[in-house]
Amino acid sequence: MSDAAFLSLEKLTLAYGDTVAVKDLDLSIRKGELVAFLGPSGCGKTTTMRSIAGLLSPASGAIRLDGADITRVSANKRSVGLVFQSYALFPHLTVFENVAFGLRLKKLPANEIESKVTTGLKSVGLSKFSARKPGELSGGQQQRVALARSMVMEPKVLLLDEPLSNLDARLRLEMRTELQRVQKETGVTMIFVTHDQGEALSLADRIVVMLNGAIEQIGTPEDIYNRPTSRFVADFVGFENIFAVEGGKLKAGNGPLELSGSLPPDTAGLAWRPRMVTLGSGPFQGTVRGASFSGSTREYLLDTPLGAIKAEEDAALAARETGTAIAFDLPVDKAARLKKFG
Amino acid sequence: MKPRVFTPLVLFLVIGFLIGPFFIIVAASLSGGETLAFPPQGFSLQWVAKVFTVESFRESFAISMLLAIGGTAAALVLGVPASYALSRYKLPFGETVRTIVSLPIIVPGIIVGLALLRYIVVPFGFNITLVLFLAHTALVLPYAVRVVSASLNNLRSDIEEAAVLLGSSRAGAFFRVVMPNIRSGILAAFILGFVTSFNQVPVSLFLSGPGVRTLPIDMLSYMEITYDPSVAALSALLAFMSIGIVFLAERFLGFSRYV
Repeated sequence: MSDAAFLSLEKLTLAYGDTVAVKDLDLSIRKGELVAFLGPSGCGKTTTMRSIAGLLSPASGAIRLDGADITRVSANKRSVGLVFQSYALFPHLTVFENVAFGLRLKKLPANEIESKVTTGLKSVGLSKFSARKPGELSGGQQQRVALARSMVMEPKVLLLDEPLSNLDARLRLEMRTELQRVQKETGVTMIFVTHDQGEALSLADRIVVMLNGAIEQIGTPEDIYNRPTSRFVADFVGFENIFAVEGGKLKAGNGPLELSGSLPPDTAGLAWRPRMVTLGSGPFQGTVRGASFSGSTREYLLDTPLGAIKAEEDAALAARETGTAIAFDLPVDKAARLKKFG
Repeated sequence: MKPRVFTPLVLFLVIGFLIGPFFIIVAASLSGGETLAFPPQGFSLQWVAKVFTVESFRESFAISMLLAIGGTAAALVLGVPASYALSRYKLPFGETVRTIVSLPIIVPGIIVGLALLRYIVVPFGFNITLVLFLAHTALVLPYAVRVVSASLNNLRSDIEEAAVLLGSSRAGAFFRVVMPNIRSGILAAFILGFVTSFNQVPVSLFLSGPGVRTLPIDMLSYMEITYDPSVAALSALLAFMSIGIVFLAERFLGFSRYV
């Protein structure tokens, strides 16, 4: 465990009854990081988040926060904030009282509560709405109230459950900027859960891709997008041509194919985005099966001995007719090298 | 018959059937005659005035009020936590419990009353007021559970988790964020329970003893002896009381959402 770890999950196993949702998860997060838990539904990302919040106690393993073991600390004493996907505002309280809720429980003096809530609401641009009830606000405004409500508590870690998924495109951009600003200004460690790779790529410093209750890959958005290390991640971020490699040979279609150039021995697979496929020259032969025009590019579906290949070319180039034979290459140096192929 | 005529006619008959008796009672209670009759003979307020002078009415009214308020309150004390547990947790036999709780609605009151008398009051010599109170609590419980469950189901459970993460205890979260949001449901349940208990006849019929009689039972036995319009006057007064309560409930709580 590095000294920089602010929040660490150690061999964390989480279960609902007999169903294990997360198994032996190890993860360490630095102070002030903005981390995304990315994965399809059921991958354990929300479960992991809930256990960090203390809403679910682990079957085994430990959670450490800021040097202290908080595994058995109850949720109301963890200084972990959570912005729920549904916002979970208290419908019977005004916006002001929603934000003041936690501060009142802390029994802070009234003037201090007043000034903290005022500042909090101002920072999310909702000063004018303090007397309203949550039901009178739009979804985006409700979310900002929820954000302010968590932030006035000055949590050590702020968790956000699908923070952008309920917002429309314009609000999404606004909220994304808002979250980055809050994170920058307060330096709070943030973890958000999402199933949307675009959301994770644009917002996070680091992405934790999860699948079936385990971490599939951890890396910067660039790492995840350009250098996926598993078949699942490659597929998830848009590498559409994925092949297994065995003994340095590509396992595809009619049998193993020799590759130009050598591969590290731990390579289990190779993956190419459609635009990484070279068309018009190369050792492989295929037939154009279909084409689709998408403005700046043209996408082709090729029938090849390797199976179906998706390729993409600049739309400025002449269109290739369906049915024509074509040579192509899958350049090994451009490919993502997958260490895990399962 | 054309639907244009038929539909309003049916509507008129149904409404007449439902509220017609109410007008008959009101008219009969204002009668100037000596016996309960319709159409009334003449006009007077003497029977309305007499209601307040009959001592047994005063006593049984007090008992009915006490039962209605106390029984409903007790049903809510049991019913609110039960509804909460049933709606928030996946309990083993949860559905069975829900069914058992609603049994008093299904089983005819006359059977409940007879059973309580025959197997509880007589063999164990239980205090009849106590059994009456327990019976009314049990009778109101299904309404309490149903109405409170409805408002709990409309309330997202994550607000409790939100409260906990803001520093509240689990119990604190219940009182701070759940209770305030189901308050109108609880009030609605109270009113429904109160009216149910107050108008209850079959169970109370069996659970009467010396000096212990609910108002409807007392009215029944009064009528067996004295056939004057004061019973009609009392009925009219009670009907006005119920209408008043339901009107206020609808006005302030949107009562009809819960029933």
